[in-house]
Amino acid sequence: MTVSRRWRIGLRTLALLYLGALLFVPVGLIFYRTFEHGIGAVWASITTPAAIHAFQLTLEVTAIAVPLNTIFGVVMALALARGSWRGKGLVNALIDLPFAVSPIVIGLSLVLVYGIHGWLGPSLTKAGIQVIFSLPGIVLATIFVSLPFVVREVTPVLREVGDEQEQAAATLGAGAWTTFRRVTLPSIRWGIAYGVVLSVARCIGEFGAVSVVSGKIAGETDTLTLLVEKRFSNFDLAGAYAASALLALIALATLLAMTSMNRRREEEGA
Amino acid sequence: MSATALTVPARRAERSYGALGLGLATLWLSAIVLLPLSAVVAHGLDGGLGAFWDAVTSAQAIAALRFTVLVSLATALLNVLGGTLIAWVLVRDRFPGKRIVNALIDLPFALPTIVAGLVLLTLYGQRSPLGIDVAFTQVAVLLALLFVTLPFVIRSVQPVLIELDREMEEAALSLGAGNATIFRRVVLPNLAPAILSGAALAFARAVGEFGSIVLISGNIPFKTQVSSVYVFNLIESDAPISAAAVSTVLLAVSLLVLLAIRGLGRWGARHDR
Amino acid sequence: MISHVRKTVPALLLVGALAAVAGCGGSSDTSGGSTNASSSSGSKATLSLVAYSTPEVVYDQIIPDFQKTSAGSGVGFKTSYGASGDQSRAVDAGLRADVVTFSTEPDMTRLVRDGIVAADWNSGPNRGLVTTSVVAFVVRKGNPKHIRTWADLLRPGVKVLTPNPYSSGAAKWNLLAAYGQASDAGKDPAAGLAYVRALVSHVPVQDKSGRDALNDFTSGNGDVLLSYEYEATTAQKKGQSVDYVLPDRTIKIDIDIATTKTAPSAARAFLAYVLSQPAQQRFADWGYRPVNAAVLAASKSRFPTPSGLFTIDQLGGWRAVDDQLFDVDKGAITKIEQGAGVSTAK
Repeated sequence: MTVSRRWRIGLRTLALLYLGALLFVPVGLIFYRTFEHGIGAVWASITTPAAIHAFQLTLEVTAIAVPLNTIFGVVMALALARGSWRGKGLVNALIDLPFAVSPIVIGLSLVLVYGIHGWLGPSLTKAGIQVIFSLPGIVLATIFVSLPFVVREVTPVLREVGDEQEQAAATLGAGAWTTFRRVTLPSIRWGIAYGVVLSVARCIGEFGAVSVVSGKIAGETDTLTLLVEKRFSNFDLAGAYAASALLALIALATLLAMTSMNRRREEEGA
Repeated sequence: MSATALTVPARRAERSYGALGLGLATLWLSAIVLLPLSAVVAHGLDGGLGAFWDAVTSAQAIAALRFTVLVSLATALLNVLGGTLIAWVLVRDRFPGKRIVNALIDLPFALPTIVAGLVLLTLYGQRSPLGIDVAFTQVAVLLALLFVTLPFVIRSVQPVLIELDREMEEAALSLGAGNATIFRRVVLPNLAPAILSGAALAFARAVGEFGSIVLISGNIPFKTQVSSVYVFNLIESDAPISAAAVSTVLLAVSLLVLLAIRGLGRWGARHDR
Repeated sequence: MISHVRKTVPALLLVGALAAVAGCGGSSDTSGGSTNASSSSGSKATLSLVAYSTPEVVYDQIIPDFQKTSAGSGVGFKTSYGASGDQSRAVDAGLRADVVTFSTEPDMTRLVRDGIVAADWNSGPNRGLVTTSVVAFVVRKGNPKHIRTWADLLRPGVKVLTPNPYSSGAAKWNLLAAYGQASDAGKDPAAGLAYVRALVSHVPVQDKSGRDALNDFTSGNGDVLLSYEYEATTAQKKGQSVDYVLPDRTIKIDIDIATTKTAPSAARAFLAYVLSQPAQQRFADWGYRPVNAAVLAASKSRFPTPSGLFTIDQLGGWRAVDDQLFDVDKGAITKIEQGAGVSTAK
């Protein structure tokens, strides 16, 4: 549909005003407060050993959680959009549940299962595996909170695109995997892209659940968000904002990477 | 349905791949989500049914739940309106700086909630440069929730809008339909699943949000206390079983609303045909 | 044509691998000090210090000091700071700890009850204390509203900040001070509760922790903040423009410290060092009232004793206080808080 110029400007203004009040101004304030004291101070506060380690830990956790949830997301989206089986409605609702759980409760739930007094605690202790207050616990909490994104982004796209092309490929003799790789996957690439972007952003920004299961051991289990809180607590507001700005930059970099990858494929002509 | 000339073995293979995939995905979902959540439910019952009932029917628990659900529904609704609009503008419109705007949409996720809360408090609180003081009120809670749920509907609708087949719109146009009609009867039904999906996610996130609200809301019992803060207080007061009980109820309510939202989508789709 | 997913997954895994490799080589560090948390030095131990959040700045100085002594040379440190209750519960849930320090006694007795800390933790000469403090009024620089007494807090229009007692140990100390001073150290509960009820109506928001409340205050909210004396001094040293006033009648805050049952001998050496003069002087510099007799005597002018100082024991001890006043269902202050929720109009 072609929208009249007046309407287009009106919609654009409304959208930008909404975003301005809710997003641009707050984020602008964060960046302003970050660079208030100059770039040198910012660089110094994000290159302390504690900050570097927090940065690495955050990336490490994200690099584990996001691919796993992406694979889960695509498989589940295919099952939801293409398959017909009982219990779809319930599974659909269950997938959204991770968001409805307050982060404190997520932390509590993981401790109840994997903590030393938890359901799996004794077996884990016997096997010498520490989950809570160590990396695995942080990874589990992060996977939990970012689980729904790729599913939710890909499913509507799959539904929208329809399966005629896949059926056509099948009539031409293509196997299931080839059909998936060369027909389905390209059609959902924007869904996956945005799903990954959102997952990464959510993983790096998670605070509450990680705060419960990490043990906050300085230099070991402090993620970037925990570092932000620690710096706020110690009146290092400039340092806190600098670490937040770093988180924002990681999110921006991810989006840039995903959208430029997609654009290149568009140019290549899928 | 068009008849496909799939060979029987190929179709069987496809079905078994599908079944295997679904099986593994469900296993993942159970291990990651169901297992811990059932531990919470079990813990809530650790003190017996009586204690469970007492915890969830306390005046504060009910007030917090009511406020949480209402403000989360409001959040979802505002997101549907604002998010769809923004997604539309981002996909269909062109203006300088659009790429930058698009890039910023995900930031509410990446920023720790503590920073979000602090910044919102500065902008719209007592010391607001804009002269707006909503700190510690119910509006403040809504504001915090709108910030943290901003990307949901937008990012849900965007990929679908990108893939949307313009031919239908052009066909409708050539048949003489006006823009409003095209939007209402061609575009919106196609976007509806994505919008509802995003709205459901926004609702779910709003219900569970803690970090940003706890700073800006004032957390006054019976006024601006949301369930997640109430649960936090219970844990900190060494009443973890009550906390688990209230969380269980919160989860059940969320599940119901999520099922309802999705049911709404299916009902709407059926009525369209 | 490499599919989209195929490009993403290896890229992310590569980033993760790089991060992990780099992480192995990097040194782990506390935010201020230069401690080595490596356990490669087989001869000496690595101590895990689990503490509540505010003394991080002090331990960042004490730990390197300790490592320069003969008892502490070669001892590695892992530190964890957080809200007192959260940290105590974490140790309960398995967080490795050799030395623990908390800002309310119930956080310590929880660990005693669960067999992590010995029952005689407070039988030594320092009675289990590492420092003390008092509840003070934190005001804006220059005290523009002239807030000096508990009665001043109830003046019309005065906004008082104090955290939520259900999520903050600091808030409990604050309310106990308010209750104690009005009830003549517990002798007149009705008067005490009446004061607390009036006070709560002056509190516009109850932050979830003492530090959050302090940050709230320094961001411009409220006219006076109830807090620990050393919070004000620490804030001042960190450049915040606040002042503080010691009311005549206030409560003595006990900060506890203990070693856990499974701690190596180096932990007891560290504890002894923390109670010794150099470390206690560090505490005093940041505004904590030392328990070391020598340092206390030397810093008497910095830390005047309020004329009406009372202790938690005079109010019945923590267990009685938690039961009668702060119990989540039946406590007297709970009822006041809930009542305030209904009647406060905003």
